[in-house]
Amino acid sequence: MFGEKVIELLKESERNRETLSPFNDEKIRQIIEEMHILFKLNMNDANATSENKSLWTTVQVRHSALERNKRCLLAYLYDRINKIKTLRWEFGSVLPPDIRELLSDSEYDWFSKYSTNLATFMRSLGQDIGYSGIDLTENLRPPKSLYIEVLCITDYGKLELEDGDVVMLKKNSRHFLPTSECQTLIRQGILKQIT
Amino acid sequence: MDTEDLELSDEEEEITADVVLKTIQNLWQNERLSPEILPHRNDMVECMLGQIQHMERNINKLPKTDLRASIHKMELNRIKYIICNYLKTRLDKIEKYCITIVNDEKQRTESGTNYLTPSEFRYAQEYLLSIEHHLKETILNRVPGNMQAFEINKMAIVPALQSHVFLKANETVNGIVLEDHFGDQDEEIDLEEGSQHILQYKFIADLVKNGKVQLV
Repeated sequence: MFGEKVIELLKESERNRETLSPFNDEKIRQIIEEMHILFKLNMNDANATSENKSLWTTVQVRHSALERNKRCLLAYLYDRINKIKTLRWEFGSVLPPDIRELLSDSEYDWFSKYSTNLATFMRSLGQDIGYSGIDLTENLRPPKSLYIEVLCITDYGKLELEDGDVVMLKKNSRHFLPTSECQTLIRQGILKQIT
Repeated sequence: MDTEDLELSDEEEEITADVVLKTIQNLWQNERLSPEILPHRNDMVECMLGQIQHMERNINKLPKTDLRASIHKMELNRIKYIICNYLKTRLDKIEKYCITIVNDEKQRTESGTNYLTPSEFRYAQEYLLSIEHHLKETILNRVPGNMQAFEINKMAIVPALQSHVFLKANETVNGIVLEDHFGDQDEEIDLEEGSQHILQYKFIADLVKNGKVQLV
């Protein structure tokens, strides 16, 4: 049956709505192969039946299958693009290696482009009034309180705060830090909010 | 908020920081609730950013243990959040409706009524290009010959302008025509100042853009 593989592909990403699954290069290759076979059959039939129209229905059906495969493949990529986008907002411009592996080369290229584009945009904010840009990824959640209690999960070393104080972040130590300064560290998994 | 140390001394027009903040809050609310992207108000955003800078300097003069410092800081963080979220909401829309927005914006730039700031527009174009490149490289260049086209019109996502929104009238507006899709029974209604309604967005889109109604 035509178009079955492509549905499997879409179901796969539908099952993991929140998380990114590895790029399914093999399946995509198979689908594109199927498309080439269909295309060839169509070409043969279309050429053979320029007078005899009895095969036209078959050609039509194959053509719809081709269109459908194309559409679903693009949908699969687009869905992944949306997931990759959230990665940029969560992790910043550098992806952890285990996540990097889930992306295809072309997707990684796209990620870098997206990242650069976003960075350029954020730098341009408020430039006219002498601002050096705003990091939109820093204020993703509404601020609840100025300081939060955090637990340090790994040995990080010294952290210099905005006001010049230096805090030593050691594994399993607890700190009371300004919310704005530990957001990035929390997202990177170095600190954990415990209040 | 303490308006005293916030007063703007703009020579061109006198406008207090309070008014700017209120405007930004309204803009933010509208942007989050409307299905399509609204005209940018970069002037307000930049004005507020300048204000933040000014206030931050003032706060730094206070001793760290001063209670006022932390209250002001909290307030600043809230304002920053509003601005960031406002800008991010716009970015999200730009990304989602990329093709539609870039096309519309090209026409709007010609008539001088652009909705995006120059950097937003650049962002939208770059974004669209990068997607097109990625799709071509991964799929389109590998499929049979006559299917390789990047069909931009088929890919476009159009904002749902017919969706319903809650709104409040800032001033009295008379004679809004509600078209009837199925029959010819168009209806005309008046919005009284302060009244609240649920209407389809497309009928009141212009009123949102010129500030006569507020989405709630």
